[in-house]
Amino acid sequence: MPILVALFLMPAASALGAERFALPKFKSGYELPPLEVPPAASDALEYLDVAALAAALALASYLALRARSRRALWVLMAASLVYFGFYRGGCICSIGAIQNVVLALLDNGYAIPFTAVAFFVIPLAVTLLFGRTFCAAVCPLGALQDIVAVRPVRVPAWLDHGLGLLAYVYLGAAVLFAATGAAFLICEYDPFVAIFRLVPFTRPNAMMEAFGGSMGMLILGAGFVLVGLFIARPYCRWLCPYGAMLRLLSRASKWHVTITPDECVHCTLCEDSCPLGAIQKPTTDLPRPDRLIDRRRLALLLILVPLLLAGGGCFGRYLGEPFSRVHFTVQQAERVRLEETGQITGTDDISDAFYKTQRPREELYAEAGAIRGRFDIGGTLLGVWVGLVVAVKLIHLSVYRTRTDYEPDRATCLSCGRCFKYCPVERKRLKTLKGEPTTP
Amino acid sequence: MPTDNTTNNKTTRRNLFRKGGLAAGAAVVTGTAATLAAKGRSDGTVWQIDPEKCIQCGNCATYCVLDPSAVTCVHALKLCGYCDLCFAYFSPGFEPEAGIEAPAVESQLCPTEAIKRRWIEGPHYEYTIDEELCIGCGKCIKGCNNFGNGSLFLQVMHDRCVNCNECSIAEACPSDAFQRVPANHPYLLKGEDH
Ligand code: SF4
Ligand code: SF4
Ligand code: SF4
Ligand code: SF4
Repeated sequence: MPILVALFLMPAASALGAERFALPKFKSGYELPPLEVPPAASDALEYLDVAALAAALALASYLALRARSRRALWVLMAASLVYFGFYRGGCICSIGAIQNVVLALLDNGYAIPFTAVAFFVIPLAVTLLFGRTFCAAVCPLGALQDIVAVRPVRVPAWLDHGLGLLAYVYLGAAVLFAATGAAFLICEYDPFVAIFRLVPFTRPNAMMEAFGGSMGMLILGAGFVLVGLFIARPYCRWLCPYGAMLRLLSRASKWHVTITPDECVHCTLCEDSCPLGAIQKPTTDLPRPDRLIDRRRLALLLILVPLLLAGGGCFGRYLGEPFSRVHFTVQQAERVRLEETGQITGTDDISDAFYKTQRPREELYAEAGAIRGRFDIGGTLLGVWVGLVVAVKLIHLSVYRTRTDYEPDRATCLSCGRCFKYCPVERKRLKTLKGEPTTP
Repeated sequence: MPTDNTTNNKTTRRNLFRKGGLAAGAAVVTGTAATLAAKGRSDGTVWQIDPEKCIQCGNCATYCVLDPSAVTCVHALKLCGYCDLCFAYFSPGFEPEAGIEAPAVESQLCPTEAIKRRWIEGPHYEYTIDEELCIGCGKCIKGCNNFGNGSLFLQVMHDRCVNCNECSIAEACPSDAFQRVPANHPYLLKGEDH
């Protein structure tokens, strides 16, 4: 007792690695065992992931645009869910890869994994060619939502469009936080990854994990699944930041899924077949009487655009300050400052960690100040971005477009193929293909 | 079906828009891909703890998406003093008179008895970590850092870690000790050159 207590009372004198007790010179021939640690998993699996991604995308595009088979697409989607979702644990995914890419473009010290680049770029390129076939059958997050969408109800168009803007806001915020090195929001709030990790494919204790650190995420995921029973793909439609990028690219895609490759006969049968409400009605041939009002509204909107951008920017700058507190260094600096000025007595883990580095406080304050500065700029840009998104949406809504047939909205259509079987022209075509007799 | 002129014009104009969008989109996507490729660091990275920064807050045991955590204690024996009264092994209240040869469970600091103690010679004992049992709580490390040589430290074990894009512990770490390291040098070991 006496010796040990004395030693414990001894002040924790110096930093780590102080060799208070020398390594003994062993006389008994004892050999120092080497320090052994398990090696990192080989890259092979990651290359396999990229190969699987490319293959699945090629197959999905073929099945949606050429084979036009909803059933085959569903099977591929389920396979993607099992492999990318449950087997690989939903990580890395294209949505999260946005952040790696942003960080890599802005921070030269960050080494971006090859898989992150591939998962980011390949689906974008495929979407430019064939539309959002990635969302139809490859993305595990989409697949999970698609499978649970058993009783989708129709969401009013205005609400759908309005909520759809959230995805752009989320994209902007995710870029801001990744660019400033503060956090990977998309990963932190990925609602489905906790569900993927529940399944004990690779880890025997997986069921236990739910009660570990990821409980909150699991509740969030369960919420999305519940909502998803009645509202098809809520995350895809209103939140997914990668989906927001895909919407833009899909608008311009070289090819895109059609409800029927033949002529639309305006039977209206497909009108309600899309659970995402992506099918647009044809416009009437008659010249619209209210064109003039439309023009005026458009002109008014164009004047409003700079106001929206400026307003957004001001508001965003105001948000920069609270946002910056997400950054670790800012938190640490605030805590240390409070302790220095005596507003708080005693230390906590964060400030202890700083004192341990024995760096001068001013250095930390300066670093935090620089980060706050970046958030001021970033917050302003985020505000301008949100203003821009709203402006573009308003203009888009006021531009009159002619449509002669029922056709999917290229931005929101995920090429899932559900509408095919509703189209009588398509059904006739399939029968002819199979050589079955068609009734006139 | 497009019959009158206005509709035709509209359709062509829209196609023109689409072609422009396609070209712009293709330019942006290839541009990004080329920039990232030019950065030229495409080999994989994994998460690791910098033992010099870690303050053994305990988050490593609880915040990992895995249970037990992918983080465990590692012992650099070449830094160890092989002490008989190990500050990482015995809990502070331990009384040596009670017998240090076969200490009772209560007198061990480790909540899972993951530290194995083996007599070598004279007053010298070897301490090794049973990684199967260790939950990465860091209690032992605190003891060793404060009063011993600091030969114990936490590391992410790469046979367990699933390499989350954003490590949940890294997010919760109060000392910013988590960093990404090249997958071919996946550890930051005390007492070894890097
Ligand atoms: S919208 Fe996002 S979550 Fe949904 S399928 Fe597409 S990429 Fe996946
Ligand atoms: S969370 Fe950070 S400080 Fe806490 S034990 Fe883990 S590495 Fe150490
Ligand atoms: S005290 Fe904690 S960190 Fe040390 S060996 Fe035991 S479980 Fe592992
Ligand atoms: S990367 Fe994931 S599995 Fe690895 S230590 Fe962090 S949370 Fe645990």
